[in-house]
Amino acid sequence: MNRDQQQLKVVPARYPARTVGAIVALFILAGVVESVALNPRWEWGVFARWFFDPVILHGLGQTLLLTLLGTVFSLIFGGLLALARLSSSWLLSTLAWGYIWLFRSLPLIVVLIILYNFSYLYDTLSFGVPFTALAWGHFQTINVLGQFPAAVIGLTLVQAAYSAEIIRGGFLGVDHGQIEAASALGLSATRRTFRIILPQALRAIIPTAFNEIISLAKGTAMVYVLAMPELFYTIQMIYNRNQEVIPLLMVGAAWYLIITTVLSAIQHGVERWLARSVTRDPHPSRWRQWRSRLNPVAAHEEISHVRSH
Amino acid sequence: MSEAIDYRQAHATGAITITGVSKSYGRHKALDDVSLALDPGSVTVIVGPSGSGKSTLLRTLNHLERVDRGLIQIDGDYIGYQRRGDRLYELKEKAILRQRVNVGYVFQNFNLFPHLTVLENLIEAPIAHRQLSKRDAVARAGELLDIVGLRHKADAWPRHLSGGQQQRIAIARALMLNPRVMLFDEPTSALDPELVGEVLDVIKKLARSGTTLVIVTHEIGFAREVADNVVFMVDGKIVEQGSASQVLSNPRHERTRRFLARVL
Repeated sequence: MNRDQQQLKVVPARYPARTVGAIVALFILAGVVESVALNPRWEWGVFARWFFDPVILHGLGQTLLLTLLGTVFSLIFGGLLALARLSSSWLLSTLAWGYIWLFRSLPLIVVLIILYNFSYLYDTLSFGVPFTALAWGHFQTINVLGQFPAAVIGLTLVQAAYSAEIIRGGFLGVDHGQIEAASALGLSATRRTFRIILPQALRAIIPTAFNEIISLAKGTAMVYVLAMPELFYTIQMIYNRNQEVIPLLMVGAAWYLIITTVLSAIQHGVERWLARSVTRDPHPSRWRQWRSRLNPVAAHEEISHVRSH
Repeated sequence: MSEAIDYRQAHATGAITITGVSKSYGRHKALDDVSLALDPGSVTVIVGPSGSGKSTLLRTLNHLERVDRGLIQIDGDYIGYQRRGDRLYELKEKAILRQRVNVGYVFQNFNLFPHLTVLENLIEAPIAHRQLSKRDAVARAGELLDIVGLRHKADAWPRHLSGGQQQRIAIARALMLNPRVMLFDEPTSALDPELVGEVLDVIKKLARSGTTLVIVTHEIGFAREVADNVVFMVDGKIVEQGSASQVLSNPRHERTRRFLARVL
């Protein structure tokens, strides 16, 4: 660089249209906030009165419980379905395909109502070997399939079909060389699946799975057809009595917003943790640093002359 | 990088006998009646144009690929079968996995497990097979990382290593199980030219360590240097085999001469 060039100054590029756009957007946002806050018909007083009401909180609890159970059961069942679909057994993969086909075709609301009316189809349920007299227990359907079990089972049955496809997609996304390498090392099928393939598949599975969990959290509102007092049904009951429709719907909306925000935060954390082996930052996590201090494979100077990163 | 690999017993094992092996994909014959006998502890380099069946042959040796016809034996054991009297019983998955422990495999694309650190990649198989306790596995991994010159990378992620470093780790990983046979499927083909040497140096250290090596490669100079046998394949058949000097310097077949003229 000669003396002349050293005195040159760099002027950053300017984008006036972006500034204008940002100002317009902020202006519109301020207008919306102003109207929502100052229009008395939104009745924020009623909103505040009901937001932490025990009845609402109980409904919220039911919604969270349904979401949790639905997620856990559908991921377990969906995982098994995915393994069945990927299995080399023709019968297993066809059965799994049939299940997924059926429950992706049926609307959740239909499944829920059929389950709720199951006692009409079958008076008793028994636990035993079909086509034999062997049985370990008989139950009155109407006692077993109450609102809550029907809701959990219905959500699980339908959600598992979607989870299965998400998990299968994640498995298919893992490089085939990984399976070969694991086989060449003589790792068993179980160890290959859970130790080598699944952790890598998770990176593809997690974003879509959280989409599904968030849908499920809101989708639990569907169980109002079973007259089950989860968040949305509770809100409906209240506004039918006091006619404060909008503020109570706002209570529900705010709670669903909070649930989704928390789930998104968890998703962000999980994704960051799973990405630890791909980030450009070569520092191991604190946990690994700590562990390698306990288990030292002492660092030696590099013997050969390779370029290092 | 001068210390010899002396952890193996002196008596050589790892004799390979391939008898009349054929393998087809649809109408394409990948292997056509291939027979080959390799001495324990020997170094064999397989060369040939692409699509000649070199890699397929290598993959059949640890049953990553089933053969349609023919038999493969390592130290008398039939790969994929068990002999009882006059019958060969097809082995179940578990028994096949146990056979693979004796055969190390190094892939063209390394195939390190990206979600495990270098050390975890190495200790995975011996712990899974309960060959070594975790502590012994870590100690052994340290020795092997010394041999490939990468002990300081034990806690690194595979993706943060160069191709040459990844391949050296992959070799160390295969050695963790103390295999009698090591198979290398074009171990340097995915590497930048300046990184080829470091991987070949590691393989040279393994030669004459007692382990039988079978290497598919295009590095003719390397073959000349380390190979006891050179096998030249075309269209799923062995055209010519013999000592390195014989096949590479004085080939008898016209086809071999034409191939060597093109790659040298």
